[in-house]
Order: sequence, then structure tokens, then C-alpha cells
Amino acid sequence: MSVPRYWREIKYRYRLLGCMCKECGSVFFPRRHICLKCGSRDLEEVKLSERGRVVSYTVVRNPPKEYEKYAPYIVALIELGDGARILSQVVDCEPEEVHLGMEVEATFRRVREDGPSGIIEYGYKFRPVIS
Amino acid sequence: MRKVAVLGVGCTKVGEHWKRSLRDLFVEASLRAIEDSGVEEIDGLYVSNMASGPLQHQEHLGAVMADALAVNPIPAVRVEAASASGGVAFHEGVKAVASGMSDFVLVGGVEKMTDRLPPEVASTLIMSEDQEYTAYTGVTNIGLSAILKRLYMDRFDVKPEEIAMLPVIDHENAASNPYAQYPFKTSIERVLNSPMEADPVHLLECSGIGDGAAAVVLGPANESETSDHPLVTVSASAVATDTLNLTNREDPLTLRAVRGAAEEAYARAKLTPRDVDVLEIHDEVSILGVLSLEDLGFAEKGKGASLAASGAISLSGETPTNTFGGLKARGNPLGATGLYQIVELTWQLRGEAGKNQVDGAEVGLAQNMGGVGSTCAVNILRREDL
Amino acid sequence: MKTAKTVGIVGYGAYIPRNRLKVSEISHVWGGGGAPIQEKAVADIDEDAVTIAVEAARYAVKRAGIDPREIGAIYVGTESKPYAVKPCGTIVAEAIGATPCVTAADYEFACKAGTEAFQTCMGLVSSGMVKYAMAIGADTAQGRPADALEYTAACGGAAFIFGLKNHRTLAYIEGSYSYTTDTPDFWRRSREPYPRHGSRFTGTPAYFHHIVGAVKGLMGELGYGPEDFDYAVFHQPNTKFPIKVAKMLGFPMDAIKPGLIVPFVGNTYAGSTLLGLASVLDVANPGDRILVASYGSGAGSDAFSLVVQDAISNDRRLDPAVSIFINRKRYIDYSLYARLRGKILT
Repeated sequence: MSVPRYWREIKYRYRLLGCMCKECGSVFFPRRHICLKCGSRDLEEVKLSERGRVVSYTVVRNPPKEYEKYAPYIVALIELGDGARILSQVVDCEPEEVHLGMEVEATFRRVREDGPSGIIEYGYKFRPVIS
Repeated sequence: MRKVAVLGVGCTKVGEHWKRSLRDLFVEASLRAIEDSGVEEIDGLYVSNMASGPLQHQEHLGAVMADALAVNPIPAVRVEAASASGGVAFHEGVKAVASGMSDFVLVGGVEKMTDRLPPEVASTLIMSEDQEYTAYTGVTNIGLSAILKRLYMDRFDVKPEEIAMLPVIDHENAASNPYAQYPFKTSIERVLNSPMEADPVHLLECSGIGDGAAAVVLGPANESETSDHPLVTVSASAVATDTLNLTNREDPLTLRAVRGAAEEAYARAKLTPRDVDVLEIHDEVSILGVLSLEDLGFAEKGKGASLAASGAISLSGETPTNTFGGLKARGNPLGATGLYQIVELTWQLRGEAGKNQVDGAEVGLAQNMGGVGSTCAVNILRREDL
Repeated sequence: MKTAKTVGIVGYGAYIPRNRLKVSEISHVWGGGGAPIQEKAVADIDEDAVTIAVEAARYAVKRAGIDPREIGAIYVGTESKPYAVKPCGTIVAEAIGATPCVTAADYEFACKAGTEAFQTCMGLVSSGMVKYAMAIGADTAQGRPADALEYTAACGGAAFIFGLKNHRTLAYIEGSYSYTTDTPDFWRRSREPYPRHGSRFTGTPAYFHHIVGAVKGLMGELGYGPEDFDYAVFHQPNTKFPIKVAKMLGFPMDAIKPGLIVPFVGNTYAGSTLLGLASVLDVANPGDRILVASYGSGAGSDAFSLVVQDAISNDRRLDPAVSIFINRKRYIDYSLYARLRGKILT
């Protein structure tokens, strides 16, 4: 696991920062240099909505390396309030409870760790809305 | 542009080749293709491979394989486009011959997946997706397909049984393919009773972990006297791309790269899906095969699974598909997969497909995809003498 | 201890993980007889003291309605640091958007690390060194399997933002008093996974002596008696201790009940007293006076007197009350608990 690679993404992952096209208003996550909709290069950093709905989901049962200890876990395609879509784990929720259209909100969790002595990567996950 | 012919083809069996290295497999498939072609000297080498870096810690495969084949100093390069590497390398080889820059090129694909443990393979496979925001979530490639499958079943009210027909057809065809990884038949019940891999995708809807190599020799069509086989030429070769992240697609159930590559290939070949006699689709996970059938134009959106269930793509159907087992049952050694498709289509068009032969096959189409549809290669082959 | 300028709480937030383990599950495995609480909160596989601190901190910022960049200091009190070296505070600061003009550090004083942070924040705000300061107490408490601590050691935390007293202050602090001695009643050596304790020695010479010392000291300085307080919150290692110390000090049951969450949550160590205070702020009315007394093994107690202001009754209660976290739960069995808390060798 690479420390600089993790560090570089920290603020985007911790605070759910994406970008918005100043020309056409499209919102993207993750950030990008060129608008996918209109081709404009004039994009600005924006805080994304922390609430959204589950568009679809799966339950990962045979995970990649570094994710084994968390399995099984739900991964969902989520549409946020501002229209941006994000892929995220959904936690605090049983596989039987998650459903299409479910309202979810961002939370802050451990994502993976580099063994017992390496760094711990934190970031966003989503959960059913608490209140 | 010169017309390009597929002069020779060859492959290894897909499976767990514990005793054989990346080189061993590549050389075996390549020598078979060269022998099959009757070509004495090749002047260009394209090596398609997805993951020798993470799997074998070996890069620089162009030089590695040129050396292994003792063809130095010809130019050699590796082509990587995840599991579309094979189809894209073929496309590059076709361009080289068509342009006249090369005369006889070998395009060989190889992947050796069994050198690593399953979680490491899962980590390697997901390298086809954005590391920082897709792989980062812990999702697997199968998981991404599962997200599409759930959405698909919900939107089009499709039953799991219909989608499960695809692996059943693959296994039916693989049963008589000596090169297949899983040469046995299965049933809808067995598919749907197999363990959940990533809900709602079952284990038997997924291609497995296997090693293999496949290779073809390309050359200008008018110098094809060297070959004893009926002449098979490339009618069209197209590659298209789509956003890397599913999140950036307006409709995740439309594989725009498949549409794009297919439209271009049909236009160049002046053909329509109805003209295709044999079809190879990229069913790494069954739902991807279903979506591919639709975006290649063989079924309307939402009707891909029912097309499979109708029998239309079985060996005796209107458009026999994955006639040697497809990714599910022949196997999916990533970088080699797209070239297995070309090898199998060539056998079909030459009339060398044995028990799996589609009578009178004249036009074959191979669709090879990387990631969840971020790259797609569509290659159309034709037998010239019919 | 009084600040030069009056300091108060401008925002607070709580977080309790969703998993609950009934004490009966622990008795079932280890055969223990007593039931010091009903059930305890257990962090999920991807939660730790940092994620709990961040959740609580985010709610505190929302409730305060301030720009997080105005927070000049963040202190995380915990004895469950995911890193032995590397501050939790920097992660919290980054997650709430308080970086880079902020000082951050982690505090350790067993279960009173959070109130230690209170006092530091009060000093920094009062002196004018920072506009706002945040103190967090959060733990994923350790208890060796079968040990008495295992029945209560729980996960949770709360965050408080301090600023100079004004009309937006939810509750201001009249004074604080600390009572500290070298009393080794509970400890965890470096690189040891579980703490050890002196069993009944943790009671009279430790918990009771120090809390009584701090509370009496505070009331003496302020000229108050128990009857002057509407609520009292004590550190809650189990249900019995806070009730007993309240009785010893002359506080009625009614005063401690709203802040007594240990039967349903367990002992969240550095989070314990803070979660109790957050529960009280959820229900208190303007003008109410609250006594808070933490206890940290080793040992010491910090006592505070707070007065609730009008701001408490406006829309500042929008964010989840502690009771919502208490009621949000899924029960787990001992085997899943053992997995989540890393008690199974893998």
C-alpha cells in the first residue's frame, strides 16, 4: 500500500469533495479535469451531498486482498442529492435490509489497513439514514 | 489499406498449468499458430496480456516473448486493455498489416492466473477499474457485474433463470472442446444453486481462474497461398472505449463501448447482426454477455436474456454463440481471451470446428471487453471462398 | 479553576456504534454471575476510536453551526488509539475540514481523557488563543475475555466545541476542579492488548475518593451544594458506582437518571462521562445547572459546573439525540463480538 497515494486522496475521501462544471453544472465524483458532459475544462471543487439513494447494490463475499476481514460487505451504486453518483460500501445494514431506493447517508470508516504495522486508510462509506 | 487474412491459429488448453510458465504457454500457442499458417518468417510481434506485472512481476513482455520465440530483432510490443487485451492486440496487428508497415505479424495472448492466491487474483482483476474510487470500495469485478445484474432484473423484470441460460449454453458447447477449462454440461438449477459470489451473481455465472495462451498469424490476404486452409479474412476491426467508472455513465445498463465498436465494425464490413453466422461474446459474468447481446444488436434492450432462453444462440440456433464454451466454460485467461475467440471463429469459418461446427459459417463476430465495458473490441471475420 | 473569560459549549455531538452485546451473552460464555449493566455497544469491524471521534465531531460542528476552519484546537481523549504514534486529532481535523490552521493532539488519562481535553479547550478559548476548541472523548474499550471489565467495556464517544460565552452558547461553564493522585487502580502497559485492574481497589480508594474530592472541591469553590444542581453526570463504569457516588454526595436519583446511560451502552471509557453530559444537554432546559464529574484511573477526577442557556431550546437539537443512538441497535452474539473486537486469531 502506498502512503502518498492514500495521502493524496485524503480530503476528497474524508470530506466527499467532487467537482462541478462551471459551464454546464454537471457534478462529478471523483474529481476530473475535463467535463464529461460538455468538454469544458473549467471545473471547481465542490462538497458533495452527503445523502443519496441506492441505485443498485451487491454483497461482496470473496473480496480482494486487504478487504478479507470485512467480508461479506455491501457495495452500492448511490445517486447523491446533487445528482453525482458514487460507488460505496453500505454499512450498519444487513444484506437482507438493503434495497433499491434506500436512503443512505455518508459516514466515516476504516477502509483497509496495511497489515498490523502499516497505515490505516479511512474514508467514506454510507449507511441507512439515522435521523 | 490492404485486406488482412488470418493465416494461422493456435492455442493451449485453458486450465491450471502448474508446471508451465508464461513463456511456455506463449511459445506453445505461438508455434502452433505459426505452423498452422505456413508462414516462414514473421516481422512483427504483438503480445496481449493484462497482468504479468502483478501476477508474475514480469513486464516488458514484447521483448520477453520475442526472445522466447527467437525472432529478434523484429519489433515486439505488449498490448494491454484488461481482459480486452486480446481483441485490442488483434486490432493493432490488423492495422500493422493493413497499413503495409508489417507483412506477417504474430498476435499472441497469454495469461497465467494460477501463480497467485484467489484474493490476490481478485485484487489483480480489479486493477482494470479505477484504483482510487472503485477498487478502493472493496468491490470485485464480479461485484460490479452483480450491481448491473440487479439493476437489469429490476428494470426489465427479468428472471434469474433466463440469465442462467447463458452459462448453460457455454457449458453445453465446451463439453466437446478439448481446449476448454470446464468441459462439462450444467443446468439452470445447478447455476442457480451454486454459491453466491456477489449477490445476485452465482459462482456458475462467472468465468474462473485459469492459465492459457492463444495466437494468430496475420498477413496480407493476397499472399495467402502459403496457407492450406480456406482463406479467412478480417472484414472489420474496431475498438471503442467508455468511461472507466460506472458512476459516470448515464445508463449503466448500456455498454456504449460495445455499441460504438459494433456500429463501426458493421459499417466497415457492410454487415448487420443478421449476417453473423457465429458469434463470440464476452460473458466474463453472464450478465455482461446478456448486455453485450443487446448492445451488439442481437436483441433489444432488456431482451438479451430471453434471446438466450429462446434457444436462438444455442449451437443449433439462429446465431450460434460461444460455440467452444465462451469465457464461462472455455475459460477466461484475461489477456489471451480475445485471441481464443479469434482462434475459435477461424476454426468455425474454415470448417475445422469438429463436433461444434456451425454448418456453412461464413461470417463470424468476436466481441471482447475490458473492465465493465470500458474497452470493447469487435472483430468481424469472413470466409472468402463461400 | 475558573477561566478569565467565561467559556461555554457551542456544539456537541455523540456517536454510539450499532452493535449491542447483552451481558447475558458474556455470562453464557464465561459463567460470570453479576450483571453490572444490561448490554454494551460494540464497534463494527471498520470502526475504531477515530471513526467514532469523527462521527461525534461532525455532529458537533453541525449543531454548533460554525465554520470548522474556526476551530483552532482539537484534542481527542482515548485509550484505544489505533496508532500508538500518530495523532487521532489530525484525522479528525482533516475529516471535519478544520485543517491546516489548528493544533491537534491526543490525550490519555484512562477514562477521563475527554474532560482533560475540556479544561485545555477552556484555557485556550478563554485566553483568546483560539476562537473555538474541540474536545472529544472516544473509545473502543478493551476488556480481557472473562475479566470483569469485559462485561462493561464498550464503544462510543462524544465531542464538544467550546467558545467564549455569547447568545449562541448552549451551556456555559462556571468552574472546574481537578483532584489527582498517584493511585494505580487500573492500567495497561505498553504493547499489552488488555488493561489490568485492582478489582475492589478500583472502588473506595480510587473512583469514590477522587470523584468525591473533585465534586466537593468544586462545590466548595463555587459555594454550591447538591441542591443547586438540576442534573449530575458521573463517570459510569457500571450502573452501581455512579448511583452510589451520587448518594454519597447527596444528589437525588432524579438528577442523575437522564445522564445515566451505562446500562444500555456500557462503559465507553473516555466517552462515558461525555456521553452522559450529551444525554443531559438533549433534555435540559435553559437555566438548568449541571454537575459533571469524570473519573480516570491512575487516578483523578475533573468536575465541572455548567449552566444551560436559552440557545439550547432552538433548532440546535436537530441532530440525533443520544437516545436515538441508544435505540439504534442490532444484537450480536459472543462469537461475532469476538470477531469484531479482534479476539479471534486469524
